[in-house]
Amino acid sequence: MANMSLEQVTETYYDVLKELGNIGAGNAMTALSQMLQCKVDMKVPQVRLLEFTEVGEMMGGEELIMVGVFLGVEGDITGSMMFMVEEQTARHLIQKITMGMLPPGSEFEEMGLSAMKEVGNIITGAYLNSLSTLTNLKIFPTPPALTVDMAGAILSVPAIQFGIFGDKILLIQSQFHDEIQLDGYFILIPDMESYAKILTSLGLPVV
Amino acid sequence: MSEIIKVGMADLKTCVSPDGVTTLGLGSCVGIAIRDPQTKIGGLAHIMLPDSTAMRNGQLNVAKFADSGIEELVRQMERLGAVRRRMVAKIAGGATMFPFQGQGSSMNVGQVGDRNVEATKAKLKELKIPIIAQDTGKNYGRTVIFYPETGDYLIRAVGRAESVI
Repeated sequence: MANMSLEQVTETYYDVLKELGNIGAGNAMTALSQMLQCKVDMKVPQVRLLEFTEVGEMMGGEELIMVGVFLGVEGDITGSMMFMVEEQTARHLIQKITMGMLPPGSEFEEMGLSAMKEVGNIITGAYLNSLSTLTNLKIFPTPPALTVDMAGAILSVPAIQFGIFGDKILLIQSQFHDEIQLDGYFILIPDMESYAKILTSLGLPVV
Repeated sequence: MSEIIKVGMADLKTCVSPDGVTTLGLGSCVGIAIRDPQTKIGGLAHIMLPDSTAMRNGQLNVAKFADSGIEELVRQMERLGAVRRRMVAKIAGGATMFPFQGQGSSMNVGQVGDRNVEATKAKLKELKIPIIAQDTGKNYGRTVIFYPETGDYLIRAVGRAESVI
């Protein structure tokens, strides 16, 4: 095969991530509905390849306060992954999981944060599980880290990881609702070296 | 009427007083504000990564890196009439958003803020532009607004009082 430009390479790369993202997000939502013990209606995840500058705006503004759960990916492939929800969504989820022990509107306390970390853990775990099943690769998440801050600041972390090989970020938005409409965002960031492994495992040619 | 010009991630903009420049939600990135006090020409660069020389890809977004971004910002300010030897800088950002240690590139996450700040300082030193104020590191995001009229660099963070450096 003739030499492909980096742009073409990353395009294939993004396409693969996009497909994996679709499947992963579906699995993650199933896990969430089991955790909440209710039916969660989910729309088909939106997978978008965005310029760095567009991501914050798309989520509702760079200064919107969000909760970000970040974890490393280890095993046959390496990289990182992030799950983000709006602060209001996080409160709603925490309230459901703690059976209303944390009234809405109260400050995020230790218990709320650790409950949220657990939500992030389960959701991202389900996501990575489906990725592992599809590719037949061993994939282990590291313990998650959590922060509550401005969307832009949280996004700087995956953006920097993507920034090493491009100017775009792959964002998977999944909308779900139980009583209220909730938006969750997934960002999966495999290392460049893991890219070939993912492609090979899926039977795709490595360029 | 003065205008506040928005700078995105991996982006840079110049302005002339009374206009200002702003960037929202700096995390591990660094916001470098430079000003020529005499002409009141200013600029802001929002860099994401320390070093452009490690990148071999074709077209480069110079605003993405500390070294090339600062160089380009200074060049654009000079084109507007600012003079290098009068320039002073203020820097903010470079936070560690997640205390994190892992393998592969995720290891990078716990250090990239600090590395961005170091690279920024090194480049400004090389260009002989003194840093007269800074608010860097720690573990939270910052929104910044820079006014070349006064040189005030306003910093906002979630759950903290607004500060001016």
